[in-house]
Amino acid sequence: MPPLTYLMALSAAIFAIGVLGFLTRRNILVMFMSVELMLNAVNLAFISLGSRLGTMDGQVIVFFVMTVAAAEAAVGLAIIISVFRGRETVHADDLTMLRW
Amino acid sequence: MPMALFWFLAAVSLISALGVVLQRNPVHCLLALIVTLLTIAVLFIGEDAIVVGFLQAIVYGGAIMVLFLFVIWLLNLGAEVGPTGHLALKFFGTIAVAAMAAELMGFVLPPHLQVKFAGHAAGYGSIDSLAQKLFSEYLVAFEVTSLLLLIAVVGAVALARRASASELAERAAAIAAQRAR
Repeated sequence: MPPLTYLMALSAAIFAIGVLGFLTRRNILVMFMSVELMLNAVNLAFISLGSRLGTMDGQVIVFFVMTVAAAEAAVGLAIIISVFRGRETVHADDLTMLRW
Repeated sequence: MPMALFWFLAAVSLISALGVVLQRNPVHCLLALIVTLLTIAVLFIGEDAIVVGFLQAIVYGGAIMVLFLFVIWLLNLGAEVGPTGHLALKFFGTIAVAAMAAELMGFVLPPHLQVKFAGHAAGYGSIDSLAQKLFSEYLVAFEVTSLLLLIAVVGAVALARRASASELAERAAAIAAQRAR
C-alpha cells in the first residue's frame, strides 16, 4: 500500500487544482465542477486516513459527503437552469442581480 | 495496491483534474472530471473501502455526472471563444493557490503523519461493517440526510419548473401596475 503521506499529498494537489478552477474559470458550470473536484479530494483524504487508523468512520463520512454533493448538484443545477432562462448566460460576470 | 499502480492512478487523476480546469469546452471538462472520479474510486478500493469505492463510481461518476451532462446539453453550451476571464484574477489566483498548495504539502509531507499500519481486520470496508456503523452510531445523521434529500428534490422542482400561464399574467399585471404608479 502507498504511504499515507503520498495519498494525502495527492488529495492536497487535487484540492488545490479545484480551488484554482473555481477562482479562474468564469463559466458557472465549470466552477461547479471544480467544487466537485474539491469535494472528492477531501473524500480521498477521509478514506485514506480512516483506512490507516483502522476505523470505518471515514467511510461513513464519505457516504454523507456524497449525499450532500448529490443534493447540492440537484439544487445548484436547478438554479443555473432558472437563471439561464431569464438571462441566457452562464458567465459568472454577467450575473449581477444580487449586486447592490 | 502496488506502488506502480498508485503512481499511475495519481498521474491520471492529476492530469485529468488539470483537464477540468484548463479546457474550454464544458463537455470536455466534464469528461475529464469523470476520469478523475473513477481513478479516485479505484484509489478508494485500493484502501479497502470497497463499498464506498463502488458507490463513488456509480453514484458520483454515473448519476451526478449524467445530471451535469444533461444540463450542459439543455443549455446548449459550446466551447468558450476568445479570451475568457480576467488576467489579473488568473495571475493572483494562481499565486494564491500555489501558496495554499505549498502550505498543505508542508502539513502532509513531514513524517509525523506516518501511522503504524498492520493490515485491516477481516470485513473492513464491507457492506455490513458500513451498515453497522451507519445504523447505530450515525443513525440520526442518516435520518437527517433523508430529510435533506427530500428538501433538495422539492427545491429543485420548485426552482426549475416553468411558471404557469396564470402566474405569468399575474406577474405582468404587477409590473404594469408598478409602471403606472
